[in-house]
Amino acid sequence: MKKVTFSFDDKRYKGLLGEPMAAALLRSGLLSITKSTYHGRPRGVVGLGVEEPNALVQLVSGTMESMRPATVIEVAEGLAASSLTGVGSLPDIPENARYDKTNRYVDVLVIGAGLAGLRAAEAHLLAGREVLLIDDQPAPGGHLRHLGLDLPSDLRDLLTHKKLTYLSRCTATGLYDQNYVVAIERRSDHLGSAAPVNSARIRVWHIRADQIVLAPGAFQRPLIFANNDLPGVMLSHAAATYVAVHGVRLFKRAVVATVDNQGYRDALRLHQSGVKVQGIYDARAEAKGSSVEASRAAGIPIRFRATVLDVAANKKGACQRVTLQDLDTNETYKISADLLAISGGWTPIVDLATHIGIKPQWSEEHAAFLVNHNTEQLRTVGMLAGDFGDDEHPAVFFGPVLDDEQARRAYIDLQRDTTLHDLRRAVGAGLHSIEHIKRYTTIGTAHDQGKTSGMITIGALCQLNGFAQGGKSSLSPAQVGTLSFRPPYVPVPFAALAGRERGLLSDPIRITPIHQWHKEAGAIFEDVGQWKRPWYFPKSGESMEDAVRRECVAARTGVAMMDASTLGKIDIQGADAAVFLDRIYTNLFSTLPEGQCRYGLMCKTDGIVFDDGVTTRLGKNHFLMTTTTGGAARVLGWLEEWLQTEWPDLKVYCTSVTEHISTIALVGPKSRQLLQALVTDIDLSKEAFPFMHSRMGTIDSIAVRIARISFSGELAFEINVEYGHARYIWERLWSLGQPYDLTAYGTETMHVLRAEKGYIIVGQDTDGTQTPHDLNMSWIVSKKKEFIGKRSFQLPYLKATGRHQLVGLLPEDGSEVIPEGAYITLLNAPTDEHGKTSHIGFVTSSYYSPTLGRAFALALVADGLNRMGEVVDIPIGKKVLRANICDAVFLDKENIKSQL
Amino acid sequence: MLYIPCPHCGLRNETEFHYGAESGVAYPEPNTLTDSEWAHYLHIRANPKGWLAERWVHFAGCGRWFNLWRNTITHEIGPAYLPFTKQPKSPDNSGQEGSKA
Repeated sequence: MKKVTFSFDDKRYKGLLGEPMAAALLRSGLLSITKSTYHGRPRGVVGLGVEEPNALVQLVSGTMESMRPATVIEVAEGLAASSLTGVGSLPDIPENARYDKTNRYVDVLVIGAGLAGLRAAEAHLLAGREVLLIDDQPAPGGHLRHLGLDLPSDLRDLLTHKKLTYLSRCTATGLYDQNYVVAIERRSDHLGSAAPVNSARIRVWHIRADQIVLAPGAFQRPLIFANNDLPGVMLSHAAATYVAVHGVRLFKRAVVATVDNQGYRDALRLHQSGVKVQGIYDARAEAKGSSVEASRAAGIPIRFRATVLDVAANKKGACQRVTLQDLDTNETYKISADLLAISGGWTPIVDLATHIGIKPQWSEEHAAFLVNHNTEQLRTVGMLAGDFGDDEHPAVFFGPVLDDEQARRAYIDLQRDTTLHDLRRAVGAGLHSIEHIKRYTTIGTAHDQGKTSGMITIGALCQLNGFAQGGKSSLSPAQVGTLSFRPPYVPVPFAALAGRERGLLSDPIRITPIHQWHKEAGAIFEDVGQWKRPWYFPKSGESMEDAVRRECVAARTGVAMMDASTLGKIDIQGADAAVFLDRIYTNLFSTLPEGQCRYGLMCKTDGIVFDDGVTTRLGKNHFLMTTTTGGAARVLGWLEEWLQTEWPDLKVYCTSVTEHISTIALVGPKSRQLLQALVTDIDLSKEAFPFMHSRMGTIDSIAVRIARISFSGELAFEINVEYGHARYIWERLWSLGQPYDLTAYGTETMHVLRAEKGYIIVGQDTDGTQTPHDLNMSWIVSKKKEFIGKRSFQLPYLKATGRHQLVGLLPEDGSEVIPEGAYITLLNAPTDEHGKTSHIGFVTSSYYSPTLGRAFALALVADGLNRMGEVVDIPIGKKVLRANICDAVFLDKENIKSQL
Repeated sequence: MLYIPCPHCGLRNETEFHYGAESGVAYPEPNTLTDSEWAHYLHIRANPKGWLAERWVHFAGCGRWFNLWRNTITHEIGPAYLPFTKQPKSPDNSGQEGSKA
């Protein structure tokens, strides 16, 4: 294998390309890798893979990903990492690596490429099915790789089968309903500095499979004893693999403590690699099997009914001497060892199965929770299903017997530094459910999510709860609780989930056809949903305040124009269109003559205002509805819901035309004069073209529809034109308008103008609890017809007094613009014993009006329509503003100007 | 991630759909109801443990509403059917209340 150099904590190490970083560090003699999170104790490598609770590192090369176990990082040229204690850090540099995602639909998904998974894949391939095989290791083989063995040749051939897709370094992170799996494939980290720049570092797979085979294997679990966290205390399978496969020569003398035959197999591998195994201490009364016989033949001392109690550390804090105990006589004895290899039984990886609610079943014979699932959709195989191999003598499952002092040093969750003592305290505090204990002690809540600590917690609880319930020696794990996990199975970087949907691509941006003109004119934009809308158009040196005042004055005294293309537009056609609109809107539309427009308000069934806008009758059976910019999709969905699920007999067809038709609002006393110069085939005079009428015509032979609609209260014309022609029309108006000092304005000025007239914005001046009556709009509620929401107005709580109603507010200090959202209290409202005052409402819209020469606001106030003239307080921090409640219409109450 | 059989488009991911609660709650004649009955129509929907006939809309696909049997505990998906068509039996044959529509 190729030799490479990497660095850890600024020191250079040699390793073999692709081997786990943990193996390379151990081979270099580094036993203690980090310090524990809360107790600051030295910690070393414990496991072999993602279950690793100790050896977390921070990458300082590449993407600088944090909290990666050294057991899963593959060594590559240029790799650099540093130790971390508990908490990693995010780099200050931007994340420039590529991430992507893909979808896959497949006959069979096999998760785990160990022997069981490969055999399952083989069977499905033979049956002619397409198979996706994913595995988190760099190569297939599962535990064979830990034994340094090659795949059997027939399985090697299988990997090239044309109906098989095999993904290495691909971890299933979640199993969801209807066989949906999310997996993350790490595609380039293992290449180090040789990684191609253009390939995605991580690919997120969204997989839907007809059948899923779960073959995840199992984790070895530790034992609980005092100082079980010292460097040099390792899971036996990990220790034997690092020594036998990765050539680690760090350990001279080992003690093996076991509860199953795995301890024997690992003792033999250590022995064969030249480590002196001073004894196998087996908690069981006896053990049969070939590994037991072989250990005996190799001359390794074996003691039954014995286990480890405590470990003493050397000066460096690593394992030096092991205290063992005879479980029958309680006699203890001490043995020197620099490696304590522990085998606490196997914990099959039930995680994915529990994601979809499958309850693992306790098997006394395996001393493990298993998932034996065999349906058409989901099948479990291998160790998860209880296939632990042939040479197996049942393991025992037992809790530790430690005194209080020992329990404080006996770690259950190494990452969280939680001990047996903590667990005893939790039980002592009256907690029994494992779910409560987890949250009380934090066991299993670290990055490893209890992969090694979960089962030993249950083991200890069996004992503790047994004692708690009347002195019985112990309960079965099935009585204590089961393992259940939530996705993700391993930590997933947010960058991977975001994929390419970052920055400009994080959300679609919608622009109008006139957008480029706005940009060139120096507009400052604001986001309205996904739309970019000009907010205001500052001239050089102008503040926002200056610009908005200038724009407002132009609209009220001269002529100004705004791009209103973002308005939601729904084309409604059909023989029953008028009947339908009568049911949707609170007011009548069937009486609207062709070529005329009407403002409408719609409510949900509960009587609450939902959207508003002007609808124009283009023909007998043809309407064009406008909606609020943000409400277009919602309203179309609402119309469709009624048409499809309640009134299928109505012949009505709704089509979104928001992006087909562009709208330019030309506003101000001089707007008619300007527009008439451009439009020759429509008489724009008041007599020929009254307010709320719509006319078809042309501008430079481009078809336009002009409507006398005003959202400002001024004389105004809305010019509707096919999207592609909008910029042309805009620019024609602009050049023609220069002698009139035509002014472009944005949404801020639009808001000032509409608020001066008391025109609401649904969602700003309403908070989802206002009826039309609350908005002082009873005039728009038809008494003659039925419509959606009408019945609700009779409900007592919508008729009650004290409801929040829309009013105007004039601050006593006319120069003071009240912040929107500010609370309103009664005048000199008393405070309670905590110094608090209750409010009677809040400010919804607030601006400075150049026309009024003062600040003004709209507000929702309890019983507000009966409080006209009342003076109220508006506390802003330590200051209290004072304001008068007034009618919400501040200008031209008779609506004369818009009808000129 | 539920896998939902849109009657028009076939099996699609749950993210393409919006949920519409219990199906078969027809819009009543509002003026024949007491306040309490009307409030019940507005706010109360069945939410049993087990099989429930629900309304869904394929908003990111064909935009059509349909009905669907779904098990609220196991998340199993039963048959889908169009509005105003005969309701299929629930997958456990319980004949539980469901859609009239």
